[in-house]
Amino acid sequence: MNDKMIRFIISWVLKLEAILMMLPVLIALIYREKEGFVYLIWAAVCAGIGCLLCRKKPANMEIYSRDGFVAVSLSWIVLGVFGAVPFVITREIPFYVDALFEIVSGFTTTGASILPEVEALSHASLFWRSFSHWVGGMGVLVFILALLPMKGGSVMNLMKAESPGPTVSKFVPRVRGTAKLLYQIYIALTLITMAALILSGISVFESVTLAFGAAGTGGFAVLNSGCVGYSPVQQWILTIAMIAFGVNFNFYYLLLCKKIKSAFGSQEVRAYFLIILMSIGVITWNVHTMYPTFGEALRQAAFQVGSIITTTGFATADFNLWPELSKTILVMLMFIGACAGSTGGGIKVSRILILLKTVHKELTAIVHPRSVKRIRFDDHVVEHEVLRAINVFIIVYLVIFAGSMLVISFDEFSFETNFTAVAATLNNIGPGLDKVGPMSNYSEYSTISKLILIFDMLAGRLELFPMLILFYPSTWKRRG
Amino acid sequence: MKIIIVGCGKVGTALTAQLSKEDNNVTVIDTDYNVIRNVSNMYDVMGIAGNGASYSVLQEADIEHADLMIAVTKSDEMNLLCCVIAKQAADCHTIARVRNPIYREERDFIRRKLGLSMIINPEHAAAMEIARLLRFPSAIEIDSFSRGRVEMLRFKVPQNSRIAGYALKDLSRAIQSDILVCAAERNDEVYIPDGNFVIRQGDSLSIIAAPSNAVDFFRRIGVRMNQVHSTMIVGGGDITYYLAKSLESTGVDVKIIEKNRSRAETLSELLPRATVIYGDGSDRELLREECIQDMDSFVACTDMDEENIILSLYAKNMVSTKVVTKINHLEFNDVIHTLNLDSLIYPKHITAEYILQYVRAMKNSIGSNVETLYKLMDDRVEALEFQIHQNCRLVGIRLQDMKTRPNLLVAAISRQGKVIIPGGQDSFEVGDSVIVVTTVTGLQDIHEILSE
Repeated sequence: MNDKMIRFIISWVLKLEAILMMLPVLIALIYREKEGFVYLIWAAVCAGIGCLLCRKKPANMEIYSRDGFVAVSLSWIVLGVFGAVPFVITREIPFYVDALFEIVSGFTTTGASILPEVEALSHASLFWRSFSHWVGGMGVLVFILALLPMKGGSVMNLMKAESPGPTVSKFVPRVRGTAKLLYQIYIALTLITMAALILSGISVFESVTLAFGAAGTGGFAVLNSGCVGYSPVQQWILTIAMIAFGVNFNFYYLLLCKKIKSAFGSQEVRAYFLIILMSIGVITWNVHTMYPTFGEALRQAAFQVGSIITTTGFATADFNLWPELSKTILVMLMFIGACAGSTGGGIKVSRILILLKTVHKELTAIVHPRSVKRIRFDDHVVEHEVLRAINVFIIVYLVIFAGSMLVISFDEFSFETNFTAVAATLNNIGPGLDKVGPMSNYSEYSTISKLILIFDMLAGRLELFPMLILFYPSTWKRRG
Repeated sequence: MKIIIVGCGKVGTALTAQLSKEDNNVTVIDTDYNVIRNVSNMYDVMGIAGNGASYSVLQEADIEHADLMIAVTKSDEMNLLCCVIAKQAADCHTIARVRNPIYREERDFIRRKLGLSMIINPEHAAAMEIARLLRFPSAIEIDSFSRGRVEMLRFKVPQNSRIAGYALKDLSRAIQSDILVCAAERNDEVYIPDGNFVIRQGDSLSIIAAPSNAVDFFRRIGVRMNQVHSTMIVGGGDITYYLAKSLESTGVDVKIIEKNRSRAETLSELLPRATVIYGDGSDRELLREECIQDMDSFVACTDMDEENIILSLYAKNMVSTKVVTKINHLEFNDVIHTLNLDSLIYPKHITAEYILQYVRAMKNSIGSNVETLYKLMDDRVEALEFQIHQNCRLVGIRLQDMKTRPNLLVAAISRQGKVIIPGGQDSFEVGDSVIVVTTVTGLQDIHEILSE
């Protein structure tokens, strides 16, 4: 293992975190809050540790497969561990594990909170919380890859470990070029969302934080009431923004290249929109009696569906009170998740599609035992390795899911609460049902449960394997 | 620069590695999915599994915006087809590897009519390299700059040589020859030597000089300069054919040992003046019978690297002047270097090197102004040739006033057909081509020779 290179990457993550923390400092300056000093000092500490950790470039810049995975998971842990400290120092979240839960929930774009009173936080902390969504959405290492000139092909191992989806496709031959393009698209879309929200009459601070939440498909709101208080137009803007960030970014790249036909030909994007439309339709029909007008029912359904399938987790209605059918659909959407290559979480639409195709293949094999059939996706044959990886992914997913549920059930909450709590964290959504519903929070869980849920959030964001590799003994053996 | 490489065998992979390291956007196409997966895991490139001659695959590789396409698959016809289709799809430069000797005579016609930029024949290129070494047997490696006006030669300081024990600053006075020692290898360490460097026997030195001066220099220091008059080649492949043909034309006696009867007959048809022996080259008695001990030189050119190495080790003590060994596999070259085998020839490496030179020259017209680039001593030293343009800030500054980087040497200036081995009083002029030798890799511009 090339531990010098891992140290080098982590030192850069810390330096980057220090730079990112300057933004809450700026916000504190604008609102004249003393919390700014905490962020300033802590940023200096992060930068200092980052510089101490690695003073010069390692001679061997090669990142092998396991280094990539270890570097990514350690980077995310470091990001959370250091990012949580300002909350503790400002006494806004006095207990460290709570602070860690909050910021990991931010960076992994989950949006699950332990805070009953969001509005009690300073502007700086609110901003830092929402900003962490934006940073985590596209990925920290992808950002570093876009900035740092790292030579050699092995950097692909970093990107592979951090980007969601069964396979990682590059837009352009070089990793750095791809990372830059991703961030350009991401920044442009975020700015459009911000502008639309500001024009619709939301205050600038709220627009910026909401846009961060939608862009990263995170879901931290800045009001106690979530998004209930916003006008219909504003809610529609948010709905569209959330759904847009759940689309595979390859789609936008193809649009930019004016390859409109192949952009809309993507099976994943089509399936994604089909699922959204069908779910909205069924839920609207199911809840229309609860709302005075059909338009409002449609809006509520669309907002909640968009929020859940993209794994954002904003809420304009307490869907805890909705009929069972609607709740069940929402829980199923939690598992499906957004498209691969987007900022969203969950199992991903493309994985589900390929899995369904394997089921079809198995059925064909029963009827025609000697049939030869290769699975195709978007006009390409899906290689055996990809299929195997998806199958193993699902199994690992179920194991982690069951294990986490078992541990947190020691807290003796209802099955519905525990089930949706794990689903909402492992899929990076945020709100679940019952006690962890959209209008409640995770503060009642015990410390151990919170740590388990923190692990679930990280595992969900990094797609399981980078976190699991940390527990695999051979990883740490030099000759392993 | 955007480059598409079709075919990912040894040459394709070597090209991919080097070109992606030199900051090009490389897309690799191969029919084998596993090969593509490995390459795109190892290097920062985009991999596409598919047939490189297919228009839709090329489109997927974004051929419209490509600057260059290199076809190095197994098949000549496939390579040509790839290039023709690429040329029609987008007006990019194309390079094809074509190795069938039948196309050799027609290469200019093919190149012109099909609109290719370059046709490379690995066997021919390797044969030319061997021929050059046999004509100049004292050198281990020869590279030329400024269209052959400047040569860079590498040689080993022989035992009891006159120059051993001299510091470089005293060398030119002692030898009175206009050459410059620009790189030295001793005990696996590479140096860009300064005036205080003391030469020892066994050092591997690279000197830079005009070709005539080089001959002069070797004579003065007591290295024998005689061109070979006879050579024995074991193995009768395509390299042997091209080599024998080239040597015949300069009057060298060629003896070829080939163990395949029909191939031996074909060779004797193609090369009427050569002596073709049908027999196993690894048979010691046969080699003695054919008087290996009276030969000037020996070339081991069979398909097996191991056989070539053993044969060369044996021949080294028998022939008087030069032993050349062909090696196919690039992977373990550091091990082979320790065997002290005189000259080694890597046909795959030569192919990649030729193509890289073309690419660098192409890049030159787009931005960087590196004219030629050689990698020496296992890629640890680079020799670069720069063109001095109108707006170069270094024009007119004397070399002694320039603060150049450490481990960097301005080795030669070629001005209007004359070669100047520069001293501190010399300076660059517009139109010069300047040769720089350095262990700093990746220089793109002449201004980068200054220390930061």
